Amino acid sequence: MDIFIKIAGALQDWLMNGMGLSVTASELIATAVWALVAILFILVNLIILVWMERKLGAFFQMRRGPNRLGPAGFLQFPVDIVKVLGKEDIIPAAADKPIYKIASICAFVTTICAFAVIPFAKGMVLEDLNIGIFYFIAIGSTATLSLLMAGISSNNKYSFIGGMRTVAQMISYEIPMAFSLLGVVMMAGSLRLTDIVEAQQNMWFVIPQAIAFIIYFVATIAETNRGPFDLAEGEQELVAGYFTEYSGIRWAIFFIAEYGNLVAVASIATIMFLGGWNAPFGLTFLPPFLWFMIKVYCMIFMFMWVRWTFPRIRIDHLMHFGWKFLIPVSIANIMVTGIGIYVYRMITN
Amino acid sequence: MLKTQELTLNMGPQHPSTHGVFRCVLNLDGEYITKVVNHTGYLHRGLEKLAEARTYTQFIPYNGRLDYCSGMMNELAYVMTVEKLMGITEEIPERAQYLRVIMSELQRIASHTIYVASFSLDIAGFTGFMYAFRDRDRALDLIEAASGQRMMPNYMRIGGVAADVDENWFSQLQKLLDDMPASLDEYDGLITGNEIFQARVKNVGIVTREMALDIGFSGPNLRASGVDHDLRRDEPYGIYDRFKFDVPLGEQGDTFDRFVVRIKEMRQSVNIIKQAIKDIPEGPIMAKVPKVIKPPVGEAFHCIENSKGHLGFHIVSDGSTKPYRTRIYSPCFVSLGFFPIVAKGQHLMDAVVTLASIDIVLGEVDR
Amino acid sequence: MDKIVDREALVGELNQKLGNCAEIFEDNTNQSIKVKPEKIVGVMKELRDNPKYDFKALMNLSSVDYPENFTVVYHLNSISYYHKLTVKVELDKAKPEVQSITSVWTAANVQEREAYDLMGIIFTGHPNLKRILLADDWVGHPLRKDFKLQA
Repeated sequence: MDIFIKIAGALQDWLMNGMGLSVTASELIATAVWALVAILFILVNLIILVWMERKLGAFFQMRRGPNRLGPAGFLQFPVDIVKVLGKEDIIPAAADKPIYKIASICAFVTTICAFAVIPFAKGMVLEDLNIGIFYFIAIGSTATLSLLMAGISSNNKYSFIGGMRTVAQMISYEIPMAFSLLGVVMMAGSLRLTDIVEAQQNMWFVIPQAIAFIIYFVATIAETNRGPFDLAEGEQELVAGYFTEYSGIRWAIFFIAEYGNLVAVASIATIMFLGGWNAPFGLTFLPPFLWFMIKVYCMIFMFMWVRWTFPRIRIDHLMHFGWKFLIPVSIANIMVTGIGIYVYRMITN
Repeated sequence: MLKTQELTLNMGPQHPSTHGVFRCVLNLDGEYITKVVNHTGYLHRGLEKLAEARTYTQFIPYNGRLDYCSGMMNELAYVMTVEKLMGITEEIPERAQYLRVIMSELQRIASHTIYVASFSLDIAGFTGFMYAFRDRDRALDLIEAASGQRMMPNYMRIGGVAADVDENWFSQLQKLLDDMPASLDEYDGLITGNEIFQARVKNVGIVTREMALDIGFSGPNLRASGVDHDLRRDEPYGIYDRFKFDVPLGEQGDTFDRFVVRIKEMRQSVNIIKQAIKDIPEGPIMAKVPKVIKPPVGEAFHCIENSKGHLGFHIVSDGSTKPYRTRIYSPCFVSLGFFPIVAKGQHLMDAVVTLASIDIVLGEVDR
Repeated sequence: MDKIVDREALVGELNQKLGNCAEIFEDNTNQSIKVKPEKIVGVMKELRDNPKYDFKALMNLSSVDYPENFTVVYHLNSISYYHKLTVKVELDKAKPEVQSITSVWTAANVQEREAYDLMGIIFTGHPNLKRILLADDWVGHPLRKDFKLQA
């Protein structure tokens, strides 16, 4: 089932031979098409995720959730999108208008950029960078900036506090996240995501790197600003945090970016720890792409489960947890991994 | 050196966690509070003045609008004060007395579940909110079945209660009572036992015993600070002296204690209702009171143990059909005075929890 | 019914300790004493701190606009003896001024502000005597009998 790759290949082939374009031009167009597909992928996922979040939330809370539009309320979100599009785009008079306008787009762009290196199956990747995971972490860091832009440009005190919290939280939790991935990189011996997946054909890295997996899981909840670490939004004290002033489609773009991030970090978790598109126990009757998506959705289910169960943590506890617990443990994990690899090589040689 | 500056944050009147239209102006140093100024009165309807223009009976429904989470008990406090003024406290029929106790305790459960729900929501535990609302609705359904209204029951009457309940109602109540302990265990599992919850609420907003008395805490808030005082047991009104129940106490008076005391109180309420439905006699539900209520000249003050604290009415009569003066002592209004004192120096997130922990209802604060 | 303090002994003790300041007030509740407005803080402190009475909590602070005077009514409750006492202060119609008891009970703070707001009684020595329920630019005190009702 590498039909997508075949289509991409055929498209490029047709552009080059059929249309008579140069190699550079055809590659450019093919990349643009792929980016479009990535956006579509995010949007399709978004519809499923929002529906899933609502239904799961309802399930955890003994409610029914949306059940009027479409089968089991599945069409609720498309209708919501129409509603959001029809809303007035309010820009506060005292806002820093250019930055205010650009902030939501920045957030969305960083999310799409993250999908550039994610291999959905063998060969199904836009750009198989040799520093793929490095690129992902770097792009993830820039997302902080867009939230800070939104927080400060709104000229609202709640947004301001939300923006500051975001910076503190996301920068603190990037470190344990990167360190937790480092152990996997050491074991795979490559920063290239496809190589990392190939290295997991016999054993998923979640088994030797269980601690790293848990650290990654916790740190990414903070990275994606989801409960119980949704301090940047902090509804109970900050109304809606950095996007308090946003409305209509600009708010919706933040929303999409948030769910896009969720898919991205779940994908990275799948690639780094859960064997990527490799089928478990040799159950290869499903195509690799589907296996990948199943694993991604299992991860997302975990994220949602946590979100709907736990209350919000306090910001100083969050900082203490990040700096005094997660970072030391992740560093220790790297050391143990290093020693383990060294010992393993000594034995095998 | 960086130049820093305090931030003035206007929290409310429209804000997710001020429980209504309460407004406070916070001075923030970073995210730590240096000064709080309370602003109340956004929901002021002048109930005390309205009472002067209504007859004694006409004012009963207004009490539901006071603390709209415990309408039954507000009405009970009012009618008991009028009965005291008229000197007919001893003439209330037995069945009515029992019904009053059952309704009060049912309302206490409904009110405390709302507290659990909103407290859970204020630390962003939305699931706890839904769990508590499930049980609250069952209690409210029973109140609705008895009185016709979920939240503004207008059930108590001067001299008795408005309507009797039947066997079916009691069997429904019994079902709720049977399920309630399991539900409370669920709250304990989902909310009270949660690690993050405990980290958020323990040692936050501590009110010592002396301070609690000084700032006028009453009811569960007072008991959370370790003061062993419950009007139902110490100065029993109605027929509360016939029931056996414990008065749960807190240890150090932090927000956690205030939360736990209320959960324990719900268990006691279940206990009281169980005793009441065992003993409730058949009989009339209204005493013989005159059609036109004209209390003698004089005054009366009566206080009952409301779900929020001591709810008291001070009624002055000039012998006419309308009260000369009605003063409503509102527990929320007085306890809210503690917020500027305790919130000083707290983190913004703790202040929200502290405010939630005293269980304010703005209908009663502003009257 | 309510447990009531032995008023005669109480009034005697107060008068002895604080000078002539209190007398028994006869009304239908049989639990009231009348205190001079300028002595109220001393009396309240005594009632709070005297272990014989031990009124640790202020139960209610009410105010009534009688035709002949303004009366501030303090309902006290003891959480150890469970007895009750009503302290009344009669104020001049033209100049309703009484000492603030905020220094005795912090609980009085908001209640005195409310009494000022709605009844127009001035509590001297109150740290922040401003309107609490009505808007700051409100004219008049609505709970007074001469307040004109209008829609």
